[in-house]
Amino acid sequence: MENSFFVDSGKLSPAALERKHRLENDPSCRTNHMEYMEGMEMIESDVCEKVMSQVKEYDSTKYTVRDVIAALEHETCTLEDFKALLSPAAEPYLERMAQRARIETGKHFGNTVYLFTPLYIANYCENYCVYCGFNCYNDIRRMKLSMEQIDREMKSIADSGMEEILILTGESRAKSSIEYIGEACQLARKYFRMVGLEIYPVNTDEYRYLHECGADYVTVFQETYDADKYETLHLLGHKRVWPYRFDAQERALRGGMRGVAFSALLGLSDFRKDALASALHVYYLQRKYPHAEMSLSCPRLRPIINNDKINPLDVHETQLCQVLCAYRIFLPFVGITVSSRESESFRNGIVKIAATKISAGVSTGIGDHESKYSGKESDSAEGDEQFEIDDARSLDKMYQDMSREGLQPVLNDYLYV
Amino acid sequence: MKNDDKLVLGGKEFSSRFILGSGKYSLSLIEAAVRDAGAEIITLAVRRANTKEHENILDYIPEGVTLLPNTSGARNADEAVRIARLARELGCGNFVKVEIMRDSKYLLPDNNETIKATEILAKDGFVVLPYMYPDLYAARDLVNAGASAVMPLASPIGSNKGLATKEFIQILIDEIELPVIVDAGIGRPSQACEAMEMGVAAIMANTALATAGNLPLMASAFKSAIEAGRMAYLAKLGRVLTRGASASDPLTGFLRN
Repeated sequence: MENSFFVDSGKLSPAALERKHRLENDPSCRTNHMEYMEGMEMIESDVCEKVMSQVKEYDSTKYTVRDVIAALEHETCTLEDFKALLSPAAEPYLERMAQRARIETGKHFGNTVYLFTPLYIANYCENYCVYCGFNCYNDIRRMKLSMEQIDREMKSIADSGMEEILILTGESRAKSSIEYIGEACQLARKYFRMVGLEIYPVNTDEYRYLHECGADYVTVFQETYDADKYETLHLLGHKRVWPYRFDAQERALRGGMRGVAFSALLGLSDFRKDALASALHVYYLQRKYPHAEMSLSCPRLRPIINNDKINPLDVHETQLCQVLCAYRIFLPFVGITVSSRESESFRNGIVKIAATKISAGVSTGIGDHESKYSGKESDSAEGDEQFEIDDARSLDKMYQDMSREGLQPVLNDYLYV
Repeated sequence: MKNDDKLVLGGKEFSSRFILGSGKYSLSLIEAAVRDAGAEIITLAVRRANTKEHENILDYIPEGVTLLPNTSGARNADEAVRIARLARELGCGNFVKVEIMRDSKYLLPDNNETIKATEILAKDGFVVLPYMYPDLYAARDLVNAGASAVMPLASPIGSNKGLATKEFIQILIDEIELPVIVDAGIGRPSQACEAMEMGVAAIMANTALATAGNLPLMASAFKSAIEAGRMAYLAKLGRVLTRGASASDPLTGFLRN
């Protein structure tokens, strides 16, 4: 799969094209991905070492059926049990894992399922991440919403009944400054009970500022915890710095955020190791910051614009379900979010087992909620989408479907205090 | 049950000693749960009531039932106080269950912060029912802070594991002159009955019902168990011999005056 992502836009200048090719083919011209760039805060933390030392030693093939059965019989799930549940030996026990996961989910969350929607306010990006539709070399319509446009988008979403929003930007500090994002958070507080952020990682004081603007939850995807693989996928830009990204959730908590969300993009590297690392990232941070709320997401690679070739098959629904059941059994108290990249049937099934939060009324484009929600043609420009979604159900439809499945949809369980 | 056997909280009398939770199950079941539980008090998370559209939990609470808003989500006294005041603004009345957790994994209550919040809220005119870990010193401090009851946990919240802290709850019953309401961990009607036999003033349960196969029926089972336990307590339990047997002739029969 290595380097199968590269796509050349016909609109790149010869110089840009040459640089792109050099980045792709000559590792020596790339910066050290383990070295902090200027302005990046370095915090004292032992969490990374704790997580990665476990991941390094993990050999999923050494676990046997006996380990899996023992793990399912233990009342509390130890770290070794969790490793067994993530292993290939556990695959034949998926139904038993699902039964156990459902019990754990019920104990902590009952039959509730939380609904939210993401709002992309800009898609400018300064990074060359070879698998991403927003990458700086990809020829897409770039856009950054004005505050008036954001206000209109938020109003459309709030009018649909949604009470929780996740604000996203591409990763460009130059185009989407902290102040810009902060202003968007202040606007969001007018319309929503809960405001989350999924933006480029920032320093502790900047997270504090964004918290004061109304944001209370920070999502950062590590993409892959395999730093060597990470280096071959994130060729240019601040996102290339792996350790700064790793510590983002801890900086966010130190900045006063109530909760943080984690994930690897399963399929970029060995998904079992990435799932182990994601869960351990939660596990060790929760021990250090026991008051914080934590959640896990589980994206897999999906098709992106201009690059239909990307369709890694290594994480099928079965493996994804196994990962989510293992997460739930090991970390019964964490939220688990399943995005609209997954199909309607998968999401309908997984909310009965392990997931506690799903998106609805999703658009990953920029500035198109108003037209999509109202059904009217837009009279202004819209930015391209980051990826294609699979489950396009509206909030109303999702609400009805979840109720029909015997679940209790919840639009808000949150107070900003 | 004698009609004059009332639970008194904040000067208000209740005939039922079953406080019902409203979390983790569908709002449409609340009415049946309240009815079949015979509950006169129902708790609700303020953060759940703080909603704009669609279904609001407040619309599902039957009339005449006393609301007991809780401060779940609060991580310290200051946040609990703000949530309690918001509950009052939302029209939830003056009762508040102070619930402060600084641990997202086990959701154990923080007694120190709970004492601080109780003092502030009691002075502010709230009827404060603090959820606590059953510690005698903390319970005494809560009494002094102005609490109207203490609500010790039986075992970790949501666990349905029963009276894991039984010995310590007994100490609170013996030493604290406020109603002791067991809150969290009661998983079966028999456990509720046992706690009532000990002299607990009331039982609060949620997960035991929410995770039952038939919620209204389980509500009814709890109602019966709590009433049975209360009657047994009032009737005064018969003795239980812990060792040996009882001599039919007095051991001191040889004594002469």
